[in-house]
Amino acid sequence: MAQIMYWEALRRAHDEEMDRDPLVICMGEDIGVAGGTYKATKGLYDKYGAERVIDTPISENGYTGLGIGASFLGVRPIIEIMSVNFAWLAMDQLFNSAAKVRYMSGGQLTAPLVVRSAGGTAHQLGAQHSARMEKVFMGIAGLRVVTPSNPRQAYGLLKSAVRCDDPVYINEHELMYNMKGEVPDEEYFQPLEGSEIAREGSDVTLFGYNISVHWCLQAAQTLAKEHAINAEVVDLFALSPLDRSGIAASVRKTHRAVIVEEAEPAVGVGAEVMAIINEECFFELDAAPLRVSAANVPMPYNHGLEKAAIPNAGDVVAAVRKMLGK
Amino acid sequence: MNVADKKRLLREMLYARRFEERCYEAYVERKIGGFLHLYPGQEACCHGVLEAARPGQDYVITGYRDHVHAIKCGADPKEVMAELYAKETGSSKGRGGSMHIFDTGHHFMGGYALVGGPFPLAAGMAKAIKMKGGDEIAICFLGDAANNQGTFHESLNMAKLWELPVLYVCENNLYGIGTRIDRSTAVIEQYKRVSGYNIPSAQEDGQDIEKVFKAAKKAVDYVRSGNGPYFLELMTYRYRGHSMSDSNAYRSKKEERMWSERDPIIMLRDRLIKAGEISKDDYKAMDTEILDNIENEVIAFAESSPEPRVDELEKYVLAENDPWVYGGGR
Repeated sequence: MAQIMYWEALRRAHDEEMDRDPLVICMGEDIGVAGGTYKATKGLYDKYGAERVIDTPISENGYTGLGIGASFLGVRPIIEIMSVNFAWLAMDQLFNSAAKVRYMSGGQLTAPLVVRSAGGTAHQLGAQHSARMEKVFMGIAGLRVVTPSNPRQAYGLLKSAVRCDDPVYINEHELMYNMKGEVPDEEYFQPLEGSEIAREGSDVTLFGYNISVHWCLQAAQTLAKEHAINAEVVDLFALSPLDRSGIAASVRKTHRAVIVEEAEPAVGVGAEVMAIINEECFFELDAAPLRVSAANVPMPYNHGLEKAAIPNAGDVVAAVRKMLGK
Repeated sequence: MNVADKKRLLREMLYARRFEERCYEAYVERKIGGFLHLYPGQEACCHGVLEAARPGQDYVITGYRDHVHAIKCGADPKEVMAELYAKETGSSKGRGGSMHIFDTGHHFMGGYALVGGPFPLAAGMAKAIKMKGGDEIAICFLGDAANNQGTFHESLNMAKLWELPVLYVCENNLYGIGTRIDRSTAVIEQYKRVSGYNIPSAQEDGQDIEKVFKAAKKAVDYVRSGNGPYFLELMTYRYRGHSMSDSNAYRSKKEERMWSERDPIIMLRDRLIKAGEISKDDYKAMDTEILDNIENEVIAFAESSPEPRVDELEKYVLAENDPWVYGGGR
């Protein structure tokens, strides 16, 4: 099993799927000749040509709609929207057309496209380049939402998403493209539903997704070493639908839950996971669940303010200690 | 277009007119719910253009005023009416409604309710056709007011940039809901607006089906020959308000009278009568036959069809049992 970077894992998935099926195409800003802002399509323009590796104009709603229309006729587009902040502009086509067309056509049409986009806070990118929007996509019936926390998931989720008949939104992270991790040498398909236990534990469950899985793992180490608390970490790589049974199973085991999200708390992943815990296993709880979330502010430019706006492993440790009175 | 074609088109347009008028009645009787956007007045646009194309093979997409386009593509009027009646036998199984008629078997790729939404979808279908190497084309029918959406400009730019086989048909009925075109649009002649994208275009009288057919033939041939996109503007008028909830108080009686004197069905009928191809009695008999068909076949089917089952509320949200959801292995 090779150690490769997150971007290399995405690139490999693109390449294998395009090689397998001539109807798989990729589209986005600067993804062709320039090789992609995150290198996820590096070298593919030379290999597959301009008809299948398409540099688009800066027209997010337009090219997303174009990809949806192509998908009606069996083309499998993988659309890269350079930043989730720009994906706001494509929401009309993604929500109104792609997510609803199967339902409103009584099952006649489907939009099997993949939209990948990078979100999250990075290096002082300011209010309009630091959005965390997964919660918005999660609320739309007819759209699948997944978010890889490591190169294996990045590879396996894209492989499955391309082949799935539903529209899939893949929420990536600005800071994670150079992260290294093991990816199987043979083809691997990550399910588009479910969750993974990233660390086994018994005292509390830390629920994370995408970058916050890593904060949870860091926090779990500190908790074990310094506070004798054995935390379980659950990786919610599928955000829509969320893994109700997986969430409940872990809470039944640890009886405590902390949900860690890089986004603002309102109407978010934390709120939704708490609701699921309430609905599925309220009487298993030994403590009220907590959320560790971002401050509810447009992301500031100043580095100190930016750091203060988003949570980190230390905040997770503090939340768990508060919960356990340690 | 020979005499037999003209007679058939007269019947098709009259059928479309009577179908829509019957929808109006059913709406007033509360048999049809939601929004209802009717087509009377504009029949020559849909029928003239699609007569010049290959309905059932070319991929057609439009906005919410979509019943007649679906039927011209080959959709069964019974299923369209059943959809309006929200029945399980409807073309979208009662889940879509008037604004979302689909018949993908006849390549009618849907009615969409966001003004301007279909522009990029049509370009995308054209992209797929081009990739697959077929000689079909994509045809997108929308109204003039849609041209003020960003999707119009984004789609025209990409369609030309990539020379996609798509025909954009603008049915210019002069009003975006209740706002007259000169109050919403800086450049009133829509065919001129696409020159900024180097897309060839034409403007034609949308009330005269023979003129529409001729202009559309040129447009369709151009697109089908691999020359890239084309834009055809058809000047027309809708007799009713934008939808059933529109009081239609913003237009003068004089203006309405002027347009009704150029009714597409009456013009073709009178031309055929004058040429001695049909008689007034033939026309009356045709009308009676159509009305009987709509009542005894179409309405009867919609009335007697079952409602969707409530326990199937969540069917069609996502693909059923897609193996790739589970990693492909199961």
